[in-house]
This record gives sequence, structure tokens and C-alpha cells, in this order.
Amino acid sequence: MSGSAIRPDISKLYHAKMPATWWLKKPAYLLFMLRELSSVFIAIFLVVFLIQLSQLSDGPEAYVAFARKLSSPAWIVFHIVALLFALLHSATWFQSTAVVMPLRLGEREVPRALVFAATIGAWIAVSAVILILFLVLRG
Amino acid sequence: MGEGIEKESNMAEPNVTLQVTRYRPGKDSAPTMQSYSVPYHKDWVVLDALNHIKDQIDGTLSYRWSCRMGVCGSCGMMVNGEPKLTCAAFLRDYPAQEIRVEPLANFPIIRDLVIDMSDFLDKLKSVKSWLVRKVEKPLAEGEYRQTPVELEAFHQFTQCINCMLCYAACPVYGLEPEFLGPAAIALGYRYNMDSRDQGQDLRREVLGGHHGAWECTFVGECTEVCPKHVDPAAAIQRTKVNLAKDWFKSVLLPWGTR
Amino acid sequence: MSANRNIEPLWWALFSAGGVVAAFLVPIHIFLFGFAVPLGWIPDSGSLFRHGLVKIYLFVLITLPLYHWAHRFYFTLNDMRLGLPRKPLAILCYGGAVVGTVMTLWVLLRI
Repeated sequence: MSGSAIRPDISKLYHAKMPATWWLKKPAYLLFMLRELSSVFIAIFLVVFLIQLSQLSDGPEAYVAFARKLSSPAWIVFHIVALLFALLHSATWFQSTAVVMPLRLGEREVPRALVFAATIGAWIAVSAVILILFLVLRG
Repeated sequence: MGEGIEKESNMAEPNVTLQVTRYRPGKDSAPTMQSYSVPYHKDWVVLDALNHIKDQIDGTLSYRWSCRMGVCGSCGMMVNGEPKLTCAAFLRDYPAQEIRVEPLANFPIIRDLVIDMSDFLDKLKSVKSWLVRKVEKPLAEGEYRQTPVELEAFHQFTQCINCMLCYAACPVYGLEPEFLGPAAIALGYRYNMDSRDQGQDLRREVLGGHHGAWECTFVGECTEVCPKHVDPAAAIQRTKVNLAKDWFKSVLLPWGTR
Repeated sequence: MSANRNIEPLWWALFSAGGVVAAFLVPIHIFLFGFAVPLGWIPDSGSLFRHGLVKIYLFVLITLPLYHWAHRFYFTLNDMRLGLPRKPLAILCYGGAVVGTVMTLWVLLRI
């Protein structure tokens, strides 16, 4: 069979351009975009945390003073938003992990819902460990 | 109790309005919508409605279809903005009495509901969607044997019917037409994971190249719309993992053989 | 572009590692340092952070998610069709993560 197929001249066909607001057209796309933006809030939080840590080079009083600044309403609102985005990231990340890394037990694949639940469990455990370690070891 | 469309008829049978894209290349500068009134039958699919239009109302309407049972992949179109096989989209599942039928998104339109799929076919070829052997096995040596576990490693991804609904759902393909796309990458993965295949090296350039798997941002809509539950999103992410493993091996152990 | 000269796998690996760190650790840390410590629920003067092992933990906690952000944000900016040129964007994003890494190192060594 000859390799030369009859093809339409694409330049003559109508090809719609995707609008820049494509991600507003479908709930799934909007959720995707929010998930992507969660990385921004996580990064900002970590930078703020780094700044808080850097106060320690001026002594514990500077650290405590900065922490007090973070108790203002504006910062509390920021951290609420950041926490919500961080939780969105965690939930979607754990969902993705179940898809990307299938877990085999013998001949069968572990159902994704189970992997997801187990990862959530691990997250709760890790968070609890961090919380306890901080409560015990803080200065 | 009924939306109008659900009522059994001892009254005059309600009709459904189909808004269908019409486009004639060279004559129309842009697609327009044409309205058709089609009788409602609770066991009809959108394809039945289109066939009714073509048979009884307007023979000039052009669209693709074949098996009408969800295995050939020909009848993919946008129904109320969602990529669907029109042979699997039941009129009764659309409660409003108006249904919008448009050509598959992200593809150039040849005419009416017919899109140009040559880009997809080129991409399919580029991932070598067939068994590649480094060493051919002569017939005398018998068949390739596979255990059930070996089959399960790729079986799900063999179900692709090339309907391209995933390309219509993928915003990355919409924004970047050079992107390999869900089905092509999933099929590359399918052959890479097939124990009979020895073509991983040949596919790596395309799968791991500039417009390959790395361009995917895991939106996940491809998997949502796939009528055969292929889960191309999973195939693409697993391809990324394999590509990354290969890359680190080649960088950290350059003397090693793959 | 040859698959092996394409360093995308490196950024993706860092993105993945950062994603894991962020997913498991960031929420509890926001709770602790965005609410508990500032509002006085858990008084803290920060001396814990002077310990070597803790600094290593903090380095991982802060820097890896920066690479997660860089990779994700670079792709998002492209997805949003803002018409921004790719190369400078890439330098801003991945470069930003590298700068963040250096700054984290600097801060942790100083405290």
C-alpha cells in the first residue's frame, strides 16, 4: 500500500484557538488550576517560615517578636488560605500517588481507594509525630 | 415525576432540539449552529438523532460513524461541551430538551462534525504502536508465551479504540498541538510494558522528547472521558517514572547497559 | 531533543520529591507556625532550630517544595496563555528555587 495518503490542506480548515480562560469552562479544569496554584501558597508559607527562622540569628526575642507579628488578622487570614491550599495539595497528591505507583500484592493490584486511605493514614501519623516531637523538644 | 422528556406518550411525542455545527470549508469563514427538531425516543442515542436528521431532514449534514456500539471509535463528538461517543450518549440522559452537538474539540474541522485526524495518526506512528523486536523469533520456535501477570501489566492499555475523546479533553493538547497526547503516549506505554516487545529504546526519543510525556501536567480529564477505561493519565505518569529511571541510570551509570 | 540530553527528568524528580515533602509535612507546619506559635497556643522561643539534625530536616522541608513550586508554576504560567517567553520564565522559576535553596542554606548556617 502506498504511503502517500490523501490529506486535507490543514491551512484551509477551521481550527479554533483555545481561549486564555479555558480553565474556567469546566469544574474539573478549575480544580486543576487551583491545585496548581496551591504550590504558590506553599512556597510563600515556606519563605515566611524561613524569615521567621532567620530572626533567630538576632536572638530568641526577635523570633518571638516576629511570631507575634504573625498573629495579626492579615497573617492569620493568609495562613488559613495557605492551609486550605496545602490540604488541597495533599489530597490531590495522595490521589495521584495511587495512580502513578500501582501497588502489587502477589498477583493482584491493590485498589486505589485503599492506597489513598493508607496514604491519608500515613499523613495523619506523620503529622501527629511532628506535633508531638515539637511539643516535647521545643525551647 | 417527569421532566417533559421522560413522560410516556399518550400525548403527542415530545421532540428534542439538536443544535448542530455546520461548516463548509472554503465557503464559511467560521462554523455556525443549525437547529433540527428530532422526535424523542427513550432508547435513542445522539447518533440515532443525527442519522434521523441525515435521512429525513437534511442530507447535507456530514459526520463519522460506523459500528454504533462503542468499539470502532469513529463517532466521537462534543455533546453539550463534553467529548462523547455519540453512539453511547443517550437522549434520555440530557434532561433539557436541547442538545448541542459539535465536532471534537482541539482538532481542525474538515466539514460540519468531521475533524481532521491526520495529526493523531502521525503521532501514533511516531510511538511505534506495534511490537518491535530486536531479535525476531522464528515461527519454528513457537509462540510468545505470557503469564497472566505479564498480560495484566499492559492489558488495560490495549483497550484503546483510537476515538480521540482524550485529545478533545486534554487542555495541554488544545494549547500545544505538538503535544504527543494521551492515547499516543498510553499506546507507547502499552507496547513498552508488553513482555513480547523489545522496542523501549526506539520509543524513548519520542516519549521522552520535547513534546512527549513531560509536557503532560496530569490534569486527568483524558482518563475521565475515556469510554474504554484505558486510563491514559496513569499510563503517562508511569511513563514519566520509567523515563526518569532510565535518565538517572544513564547519567549516574553511563557505562552500564540498559 | 534527544531524550537523554533533555534534563526535564531532573526537574520532574525534584518536583515529585518536593510534592511528597509538601504533602506530608506542610499542613502540620502551617498549623504550628502559622497559628499555634503566633497565637501562643504553643509557646516557643526557637532554640530547637539550632540543632544540626533539625537544620537538616528544615533544609529538606523548605527547599524541596520550592522545586515543586518552580516546576508546577512554570507549566501553569504556560498553560494560562499569558504569552510570556519560555526561556526567561524557566530561568525565573527554576532559578528562583535555586536562589531559595542558597538562602535557606545561608539562614540555617547563621542561626
